[in-house]
Amino acid sequence: MLVIKNLNTYYGQVHVLKNVSLHLREGEIVALIGANGAGKTTLLNTVSGITPARSGIVSYRGLPVQDLPPHRIVGLGVSQVPEGRQVFKPLVVEENLELGAYLLHRNKEGKEEAKKNLQMVYELFPVLAERRRQPAGTLSGGEQQMLAVGRALMAGPRLLLLDEPSMGLAPLIVQEIFRVIRSLVEERKTTILIVEQNAKAALNLADRGYVLDTGKIIMEGAASDLLVNRDVQRAYLGRDKKEIWER
Amino acid sequence: MEAFGEIFQYILSGFSTGAIYALIGFGFAVIYNSTGIINFAQGEFVMLGGLATIFFINMNFPLPVSVIFAIATATLTGVVFERLAIRPLKNATPLNLVLITIGASILIRGGAMLMWGKDTHVLPSFSGSDPIYIADATILPQHLWIFSITVLIIAASRMFFNRSITGKAMRACAYNREAAGLVGIDVKKMVLFSFIISSAIGSLAGIIIAPLTMSSYDVGVMLGLKGFCAAIIGGMSNGAGTVIGGLLLGILESLGAGFISASYKDAIAFIILLLILFFRPEGIFRKDETERV
Ligand SMILES: Nc1ncnc2c1ncn2[C@@H]1O[C@H](COP(=O)(O)OP(=O)(O)OP(=O)(O)O)[C@@H](O)[C@H]1O
Ligand SMILES: [Mg+2]
Repeated sequence: MLVIKNLNTYYGQVHVLKNVSLHLREGEIVALIGANGAGKTTLLNTVSGITPARSGIVSYRGLPVQDLPPHRIVGLGVSQVPEGRQVFKPLVVEENLELGAYLLHRNKEGKEEAKKNLQMVYELFPVLAERRRQPAGTLSGGEQQMLAVGRALMAGPRLLLLDEPSMGLAPLIVQEIFRVIRSLVEERKTTILIVEQNAKAALNLADRGYVLDTGKIIMEGAASDLLVNRDVQRAYLGRDKKEIWER
Repeated sequence: MEAFGEIFQYILSGFSTGAIYALIGFGFAVIYNSTGIINFAQGEFVMLGGLATIFFINMNFPLPVSVIFAIATATLTGVVFERLAIRPLKNATPLNLVLITIGASILIRGGAMLMWGKDTHVLPSFSGSDPIYIADATILPQHLWIFSITVLIIAASRMFFNRSITGKAMRACAYNREAAGLVGIDVKKMVLFSFIISSAIGSLAGIIIAPLTMSSYDVGVMLGLKGFCAAIIGGMSNGAGTVIGGLLLGILESLGAGFISASYKDAIAFIILLLILFFRPEGIFRKDETERV
């Protein structure tokens, strides 16, 4: 579904993604883990067309998309839930959701679909329905995260890119969001690429995983294998750290 | 009673120039909110509106047709400006942007001067100039045109920004361009729209005030500055703030001209501008972030 080959991305002179290659099969959940500053957000933004690639290929369903602007990529069925939510704070909840289906508003069938999607999002996150007339900036952090996820779902994406959806949230809300992600895969066959600080939770959810370290993919494999891999445990699951701390 | 009538008269005429300032300021705010650019060429659209209407009327088109043609001329200028000067820019510094819009304004003004010369031109009032008496004061029919068109434009743009999906997309862009792109909004198109809207509104302002002020190639400088002042008072909001800012400026000017001296009239806008930039750079009527647009 998504194939990334030898991708290189720079911020000015700074080489952030170094020959990154990865792929996602249809209906798969793939976790991307790595330390702060490894380049995870950059990778998602390159796929979404926000941060242009210097070289390499991003191909979505056989189509090279690395030179397309963000709105075209959304139009192809790839939506992103950006890091830090990035909801439109001055706009009310329902306007945020409507804009999630912005591209569907071009024709009548699309508008119908947008209405259906709105109902679906309200069913997934009932609290958003309660707050529909409230400016998004007045929502709590967890509610804003739900809104960010809901907004991305409004477009009816086939591929969903999630950037740290659990950041700063209480465990209960994290569970809520992960439940929605699981149901998307089961009911809508959505393919998911999820970036997480909480590597354990992400790997538990995912089928496969990649480990990104200072811009390079240093490991990949089945999520269950990565979960028990000693290097991964030491670096990202915080096993040995705790032992050192205890000594 | 005499003094009261006088004040009432000043307020009435201040209201109508203030409405014009509000419309011009609105143009500043629309572009600022979608691009972060302060478009110092805004006044030139106002000038183009007036002069182009006179031009088409002199070609024997009826007034309504001339008005439409004039708005189209100014809007086209706005589109060309956006395409040639704004869209190709990447990573321009704010200073570069200011210089570019000032350059564009000089260019448009120069073009108008070549086309229409340095003389002043007169646009006849839309429906005569028999004064209308209200209590002790009088107003002209043109004032009524100004009030009603301003109210109409403000109401229409409120509808547009709050109801239509494109208007909402423009507000989203104003708040967070990157996130707007991520929901499928073509950010560049929204920038173009904002130039279309503000050049159209600016030219309309120029058209409805032309019968009261005369038009020449350089009227855009001062009117643009007043509109900028209105927008600054309103905290660059494309909502009520700028309207209030414009009205306030218009009334203060008119009272100042009446009670102090007409020669200080233009200084009032500068003084307000300086005071605000010193003491409240965020504007007087700016609500907090959640009501930015
Ligand atoms: N806009 C930018 N301009 C310059 N450098 C940037 C920019 N964005 C990110 N970087 C740099 O690129 C590197 C990768 O950043 P990125 O945000 O992709 O990391 P990340 O893996 O998402 O980290 P985190 O887990 O903290 O979100 C970092 O060193 C960062 O400082
Ligand atoms: Mg990140």
